[in-house]
Amino acid sequence: MLRKLGAGIVAALVMTLPVAAGTPSGPAPQFTLPAKGGRQINLAQYKGQVVMLNFWASWCAPCRQEMPLLEDIYKKYNKLGFTLIGVNVEPDAKAADAWLKQTPVSFPILYDKDSKVSQMYDVSGMPSTVIIDRKGNLRYLHHGYKPGDEGEYLNTIRTMIRE
Amino acid sequence: MQLRHVIRTRGGASFGRWAKVLAMLCLVGAPAGADVLPDDRADVLYHNYSGGGITIQGPSVLVRKKVGDSLSFTGSYYEDLISSASIDVKLSASPYHETRKQEGASVDYLHGKTIYTAGYIHSREPDYQSDTGYVSISQSMFGDLTTVSMGYRRGWDSVYRDVRDPTTHQIENDPTFHQRADHRAYSVSVSQILTRNAIVDLAFEAITDQGYLASPYRKIRYLDPTVAGKGYTLADQIYPNTRTSSAASAQLKYYLPYRAAITGQYRFFNDTWGITGHTVELDYTQPAFRNLPWNGSMIFDGSLRYYRQNNANFYSDLFPRANYQNFMGRDRELAAFHSISLGLGATYEFHVPSAPWLSKSSVNIHVNHLLIDYSDFRNALLDGDGYTVGNEPLYRLNATVFQLFISAWF
Amino acid sequence: MRKILVGLVVLAMLAGCSPIQPWVKPYEREHFADPIMSFSRDPISASYLDHVYEAREGARGATGGVGGGCGCN
Repeated sequence: MLRKLGAGIVAALVMTLPVAAGTPSGPAPQFTLPAKGGRQINLAQYKGQVVMLNFWASWCAPCRQEMPLLEDIYKKYNKLGFTLIGVNVEPDAKAADAWLKQTPVSFPILYDKDSKVSQMYDVSGMPSTVIIDRKGNLRYLHHGYKPGDEGEYLNTIRTMIRE
Repeated sequence: MQLRHVIRTRGGASFGRWAKVLAMLCLVGAPAGADVLPDDRADVLYHNYSGGGITIQGPSVLVRKKVGDSLSFTGSYYEDLISSASIDVKLSASPYHETRKQEGASVDYLHGKTIYTAGYIHSREPDYQSDTGYVSISQSMFGDLTTVSMGYRRGWDSVYRDVRDPTTHQIENDPTFHQRADHRAYSVSVSQILTRNAIVDLAFEAITDQGYLASPYRKIRYLDPTVAGKGYTLADQIYPNTRTSSAASAQLKYYLPYRAAITGQYRFFNDTWGITGHTVELDYTQPAFRNLPWNGSMIFDGSLRYYRQNNANFYSDLFPRANYQNFMGRDRELAAFHSISLGLGATYEFHVPSAPWLSKSSVNIHVNHLLIDYSDFRNALLDGDGYTVGNEPLYRLNATVFQLFISAWF
Repeated sequence: MRKILVGLVVLAMLAGCSPIQPWVKPYEREHFADPIMSFSRDPISASYLDHVYEAREGARGATGGVGGGCGCN
């Protein structure tokens, strides 16, 4: 009886194995979100530049670890037609603002309080990094952060800046 | 005196193999993601148990350190300094002092969403030595909402016996007494995030012991009218040489909107000695007071635990005569009883500004009051003190468990 | 008991291979990153207390809690 149960489970497993995720494609979903400082920022105003969206939260340790490195990347490539936008996913901005006070960054920070943009970009890991090319198409997606990942970001950014 | 050490179990061999193979298949097919290694930390604890004529105190140390991105090492040291004049000791032996020392080491290896763990524990006291090896796998899956763990433990124990020399009154090892006890344990657990605020953990553990499973010091008593005044005679315990047990538990943790956590747990236990045990526990964690010195804040914990069990089928407080049955025991751990434990804890968390490498530190105090009410274990010491044999008052144990510890995260 | 073990293993396997989407998104897991929501905030204290009970009771096993956490990375 146990053998039959096992065979049935194996069959079910094989049929439901998930398809591996591929690289993203197509136009990046448009959005408008409030920014730190008060103004509203629209993704469309960055068309023509390479845009890196980083979804982060103050409670996520790898996100906090990644931020100073993102600041370096922003400062280095900003003048070459690249911009970095940090999208904070917390419903309450208090903790994020408190952390930014201690670790300030110079790139724009947007607040996605209702998680609408996170849903649009199908954020399935924290942090999540998306890179959009000059034409406004999705080109790169990365979940999580481990020291060394910034190398991959830099390669992709350099390639896309030259386009 | 032996304390219960590590527990081992063995499920049916064919079933165990089968379940493991099946589980591995789905772990391979699960979407990629990442678990995280435990935080680097060091803890130093002073523990003290006091009650029923026994005091057991000592240090406990735990250190965890990551090496690179994928490996984490853990080392532990633990000591029990035992001063015992318990009801069991007074009945059939004499008060004693003893030290038990325990060392452990383990390694965690992170690969993708899986953590592989292997570890070893060695414990020794003058009359008991135990070695335990364990391995486990923990897999995070389903968008990291689910964590599945499986583990196997194997223990090897050597049981000795101390005797008091009748002439010199010195305690020494009895060279004629050397027994073995072996243990195997299989465990499975699934932890599942249910909502933004709730997580549940289901666990199952099967343990098998084989060998000398009794205490060489404790005795049974049987009715003996020829003994004036007392009315009973002590005799050696005879335990079965195997034991298989199963335990299944569920734990639910819920986040309260004003920042607090409440936990409810239930565990069912059952074994081949006829013991059935139920454990229910309620815990409450409440952070309070921020902006204290050194970026300090406090956390308070409260817990209430209720446990009850019936007696083992070979247990009796007073047997009707000598050699009454094949197996006989009078260990109160196998008696029928109810127990309640009330616990309170306070934590002061802080950050030392002049030590930036120390990301967080804490000082903690926990106190538990334990009450055990035995239904069929009597205070045999009172026999002849106005109580006839078999009518002595049922034993009641009151104990206080105290913990003071410092933790540092780096 | 064996039926419970089979049930847990099957649940574990189905959870890993089902086409159902995770219903709590990674950006909704802020509470699980809080240490008060950890099953074992102070393992050195939890394992000592487990030992105190196990030495005095007939029951043993199935005491640990693993998992949870913010699910980052």
